[in-house]
Amino acid sequence: MSAVAVEFQEREDYLQEYTLKSWLLTTDHKRIGLLYMATITLFFFIGGATATVMRLELMTPQGDVLYSPDAYNRLFTMHGVVMIFFFLVPSIPAVLGNFLIPIMIGARDLAFPILNLLSWYILMIGGAIALWILIFGGIDTGWTFYTPFSTMFSNTMVVPAAAAVFITGFSSILTGLNFIVTIHTMRAPGMTWFRLPLFVWAIYATSLIQVLATPVVAIAIALVAVERVLRVGVFDPALGGDPILFQHLFWFYSHPVVYIMVLPGMGVVAEIVPCFSRRPIFGYRFIAFSSIAIAVLGFLVWGHHMFVSGQSMYAGMIFSMLSYLIAIPSAIKVFNWTATLYKGSVRLDTPMLYALGFIGLFTLGGLTGLMLASLAIDVHVHDTYFVVAHFHYIMVGGAVMAYLGGIHFWWPKMSGRMYNELLGKLSALIVFIGFNLTFFPQFVLGYLGMPRRYYEYPPEFQVLNVMSTAGASILAVGYVLPLVYLLLSLRNPPDAGPNPWRATGLEWQTTSPPPVHNFDEPPVVMEDPYAYSPEAAEALDDNGTGDGGSTLRR
Amino acid sequence: MTMEPVTADRRSAGKPIAAEDEPILEVQFDDLEQQHEASMLGMWLFLATEVLFFGGLITSYAVYRSTSPREVALASHHMKVGLGCLNTVILLGSSLTMALAVRASQLRAHRDLLWWLGGTMVLGTLFLGVKAIEYTAEYQENLVPGWNFQIPEENRATIEQEQLNPGRFQMFFVLYFFMTGLHAIHLIIGIALVGVMAYLSWRRWFSGGGATQIEVTGLYWHFIDIVWVFLYPLLYLIDVHS
Repeated sequence: MSAVAVEFQEREDYLQEYTLKSWLLTTDHKRIGLLYMATITLFFFIGGATATVMRLELMTPQGDVLYSPDAYNRLFTMHGVVMIFFFLVPSIPAVLGNFLIPIMIGARDLAFPILNLLSWYILMIGGAIALWILIFGGIDTGWTFYTPFSTMFSNTMVVPAAAAVFITGFSSILTGLNFIVTIHTMRAPGMTWFRLPLFVWAIYATSLIQVLATPVVAIAIALVAVERVLRVGVFDPALGGDPILFQHLFWFYSHPVVYIMVLPGMGVVAEIVPCFSRRPIFGYRFIAFSSIAIAVLGFLVWGHHMFVSGQSMYAGMIFSMLSYLIAIPSAIKVFNWTATLYKGSVRLDTPMLYALGFIGLFTLGGLTGLMLASLAIDVHVHDTYFVVAHFHYIMVGGAVMAYLGGIHFWWPKMSGRMYNELLGKLSALIVFIGFNLTFFPQFVLGYLGMPRRYYEYPPEFQVLNVMSTAGASILAVGYVLPLVYLLLSLRNPPDAGPNPWRATGLEWQTTSPPPVHNFDEPPVVMEDPYAYSPEAAEALDDNGTGDGGSTLRR
Repeated sequence: MTMEPVTADRRSAGKPIAAEDEPILEVQFDDLEQQHEASMLGMWLFLATEVLFFGGLITSYAVYRSTSPREVALASHHMKVGLGCLNTVILLGSSLTMALAVRASQLRAHRDLLWWLGGTMVLGTLFLGVKAIEYTAEYQENLVPGWNFQIPEENRATIEQEQLNPGRFQMFFVLYFFMTGLHAIHLIIGIALVGVMAYLSWRRWFSGGGATQIEVTGLYWHFIDIVWVFLYPLLYLIDVHS
């Protein structure tokens, strides 16, 4: 320990050690965040590759790229399973949440650091099984595992896939548990609940869903495995089971999981928007409570996935009404972000471009969600590309945009380095254009009646499908670009400084990259979050000493 | 008397620790109170997860019971109510010994702690033994779905007469084995956990007597007990009066 005292003049940041062992056995929440980042980036590109092949197949009305419709079934199933369970669910919580939650509340680490590392290993085990399935045969049930097809008829690797989902679920549960305990018990002196950054509120709400919803899908999936392996009735009507029960259990998790994916994104946007408009966030408490409201209401709307499944008409009406309700807290957030921009000193740096993209695309995705929540329209467009377009607007236009925005916003903090700002802006623009070109035509396709999950289609749909495929290729460029310039930035010296965006929040008050235990002195919080002022930003610009909140580069 | 908190470094440095010392303070926490609070909240949240885990099964049970009450009632008559009752008593008793173990750890009564933890393990194992006898009897009566299930002679006529769903009759046993099996797995984990705590206490590994660790283990143990308190009436007693 004495060596540390001597070297203390030189900063000991959390990236100091380079050995493989120091990464694989680390209990530092920041390093574990980066481990998650590497893992889910891999899965993102695997999921992206399956999407690419699907879009290529759909470029022409007849089947030509793949050798059989069966292969197409496996492809879209793998796309869903990988993207949902191995990318979107862990994305913002496990990467940014892990890195930021302890720093944002002024703690040295999460409450249970070893459990945190264990969560990553659990994800790796589940991920390894998923890769094994991908290589040795795949699964063709769709990510929804609907019975009795999944239990009695499918000839693919359903049981390993069930195991992968079951195991990965525990990673998600334990991460959520760790966050809730940390946020409850480890806030720094002065960090009251209403001084928490809104990102923390969003992650808190997300964690509640992770802890309370995930076990239900775990048990449903376990029952699927029992029925399939032992050939005893649980859900198969031929054996006395009720397939609708499976759908209820499945969607009890799988609707709230949508909020696991998008709530953290809302938290990221609530951090970026005030920083780049130099204004305190508008309606702090409304945004904070709307996160909780979304988490709670999210548990009560699962039946809107089952309007045509044979559930009672009255259940359908109730679920439809409750689904409308959830638009209220979502809209509160959108209006508050927009109001924050008003009379702000807006700067369009890369994170802000992504955040603005999020607001627009999420609004479109949310409004089409209202259309789908109304019974009559849903019966008409159920299982068409309209639904596909809707949830991609939420998950890709929403969650992935926010994830990338967050990565760009906190990259200087994580790595200590700035990336190429021009390439950053370009990537945000390419992603936005590529995304809309890919998925907007799918709204039209769905409304015209093209069903999802088909490998061939009538020729009159070809123009829109070609547009969508062209958009997907643009989108792919937009996703590869950040990978390149972010990694290239690591060759620069760490010169970002502690606070390149002149942002508020505890994470910006420590060095970049932060020291092992985050702060040299235990922080004490004296003021509310988001203490920005547009006048100060303009004054700095006028006398030429500041650059209005942009990067301070050498 | 303010004592210097014992840190993890001190243990790794091989300095002696004793039950009289303060508990070890992990580096991420500010003080022992915060550490205790975090541990307890963590276990409570884990139990919330577990409630939802069993909740999915109990929901399935409720759906099938309410849509096919007659089949479920008929099937439940094959439960060994006496053995189930005995097991309930055993498990409730183990909760008592566990509670006394927690108390002993807080009082730093080392000998008592070991006795109560040992007693908890014995009662837990006894429960598993009785459960094994039940499972064996059910196997001999050809009631294990997926293995040797046959609808018992005495129920065949009724099922045919009342045009009941034989699949639902079997479903009761699927759920019975799944629910009690999952409960047994939890109990085995619980016994192992109590065993680890007993071993570590015996070796005086815990600085400060390990009161927090044993209290957290106790929470988990009581949860297993409470699950059984729900499973027993749902599976064994639903139609016992007719």
